[in-house]
Amino acid sequence: MNNVRNKKRANKSLPFFFKDEFKVFSVIIIVSTILLISTFSFDTVPPILNRGIQPATFPKGLLVLIIVLTTLIYYLSFKKPWKKEKELPKNFFLTLLSFIFFIIISKTLDFFLAISFLSVFVSYNWGEKRFFYLLLVGIIFPFIVFVFFEMILGLRFPPGIITNLYYY
Amino acid sequence: MDNLLLMMAPLFSSKLLLVLLFGTLFGLILGVLPGLGPTTGGALILPFTMTLDPLSAIVLLTSIYCAGTYGGAITAVLINTPGTPAAAATCLDGYPLAQKGEAGRALGMATVSSTVGGIFSVVILVFFAPILAKLAYEFGQPEYFALAIFGLTMLASIGEGSPIKNLIAAAFGILISTIGKDFMTSIDRFTYGINELSVGIGFIPVVVGLFAISEMLTQSTLLHQVFKRVALKAVKLPSKEDYKKTWKTILRSSGIGSFIGVLPAEGGTVASLIGYSEAKRFSKNPEEFGKGSIEGIAGAEAANNAATGGAMVPTLALGIPGSATTAVILTGLIIHGVRPGPDLFREQPDFLYGIFGAMLIANILFFIFGFFGAKIFARITLVPNKILWPMIFTVSVCGTYSLSQSILDVWIMLFFGVLGFFMRRFGFSVVPVIIGLILGELVEGTLRQSLVIFDGNWLIFFTRPIVVTFFILSFIALIFPLLKKKK
Repeated sequence: MNNVRNKKRANKSLPFFFKDEFKVFSVIIIVSTILLISTFSFDTVPPILNRGIQPATFPKGLLVLIIVLTTLIYYLSFKKPWKKEKELPKNFFLTLLSFIFFIIISKTLDFFLAISFLSVFVSYNWGEKRFFYLLLVGIIFPFIVFVFFEMILGLRFPPGIITNLYYY
Repeated sequence: MDNLLLMMAPLFSSKLLLVLLFGTLFGLILGVLPGLGPTTGGALILPFTMTLDPLSAIVLLTSIYCAGTYGGAITAVLINTPGTPAAAATCLDGYPLAQKGEAGRALGMATVSSTVGGIFSVVILVFFAPILAKLAYEFGQPEYFALAIFGLTMLASIGEGSPIKNLIAAAFGILISTIGKDFMTSIDRFTYGINELSVGIGFIPVVVGLFAISEMLTQSTLLHQVFKRVALKAVKLPSKEDYKKTWKTILRSSGIGSFIGVLPAEGGTVASLIGYSEAKRFSKNPEEFGKGSIEGIAGAEAANNAATGGAMVPTLALGIPGSATTAVILTGLIIHGVRPGPDLFREQPDFLYGIFGAMLIANILFFIFGFFGAKIFARITLVPNKILWPMIFTVSVCGTYSLSQSILDVWIMLFFGVLGFFMRRFGFSVVPVIIGLILGELVEGTLRQSLVIFDGNWLIFFTRPIVVTFFILSFIALIFPLLKKKK
């Protein structure tokens, strides 16, 4: 019981800038402030055409609301600190890394290849070592999905070294 | 009588019946697989519905909704993991009962109560949606604005998690809807010179990202988890004694579920928790709850399935989604050129009653499939995540790309996937983002149009009785959680 209590309160003993609530608060406030500043560069409608409010007013109101509410949850976290989340495992970061590879490969080489790569990469890192199943998730299944989308929806996938082979 | 005949239309159309069968089966599979569910599944299948006529498309989505909500119970009972969030309360008694060797009895009760709850809510839908639609004729722009605000505050108040965090998420969802060209002045907002952003951010990349991709990231943190599946011989119909014990609970939870469903919130999830706690409160044996109470299963399952019909009431009558899945259905309606609201009831009754009938039949179909096929569906849970999730990623990417054939949509999907993961990690529900995104245009549009119509007079929001009523209700919804905490 004590262990559980200690774990839950562990967040309290950390310096404030390491606490989850501060990190979340900072990210939301920084992003909202940048967005709020950018709303001042929106074009405005001349007074004669302006019926109601300017296009920037509504997003400005929303961003101010988000900033106020975020400050409120941060203030409330002093009274009731958030429980500390478990550290993220290696597999999470590998999966995240695979997203970055996916973007790079689909942008530079081929969309199909990017899907195949991600599927094999994720499946392998999540523990699948059998060749047939890697082939299934990496090539057979994406190929079926590609053909299905192409035939049923008449979809044309972006050109790339493998996709071009299919089309020509 | 005419309406009843219109409701039976799906039975006489082989195409609709086929769509219903497929939708129910697909919904059950989605419901059984933890992490997936009718919302993600509906979003993934949305691009495919473009090949169907509007009625078939919506019938497909609603049957997935009904069956998916029930499907979560199978996993909840057999592996103690809710297939859908709405089945979380079912785990509390379903799994302990299954561990006692009564998995068949637990699933039998879950199937019967889900079916009764579902059918009850369709009846509510048939009666109340037209009444609500008629009331909506009285609504002008200010009333719609106040209604949308009321919907969002209710979502924040009774949805899962912290109301303030829910409000932030909802405001963020509305903010996303402002990206692109302003609909009144054509001035670019938050586009930063990217031409593709001028048309705004699509609903599908956000939904698929927030639900499917963020869940994939969540699953990457849970790989060490081992699920123990309880053996299931066959699903058993509840005994006379079980019916005697639970009929009141089933009816009460059906009412609770339908009511909660009508309110914009996380539909079935909240309904099942309230249904469960009310079943415990009224039970003669509350000490059995959590240890395998048959009433607990009935209370949770009747409520979560009753929320499906309830959530369709505001979706069809007002164009305000009652849950995340109905937000997907609403998108389906819009992309097929159907505008929900009072006019829909007057101009296309055959379409509407076709949907009502399809939901009724879907509830009967999942009863049959659940009763005879639960054993097979339970096997689906054996598909390992290391194979399942890369496949879901493939479908997510292709489905997202297919709607506008834009690679930017795929990046947006990935961005929202990562964002959704961190939101959930820090206690922000992603459902308000979805509802905020879909209601955003309505909120801003009605606010600005009201000001245009009434010459910039803000007082109209404080002098019209319906608007004031909605604002008072919104205020109550906001302070209700605070009062509850103080108690």
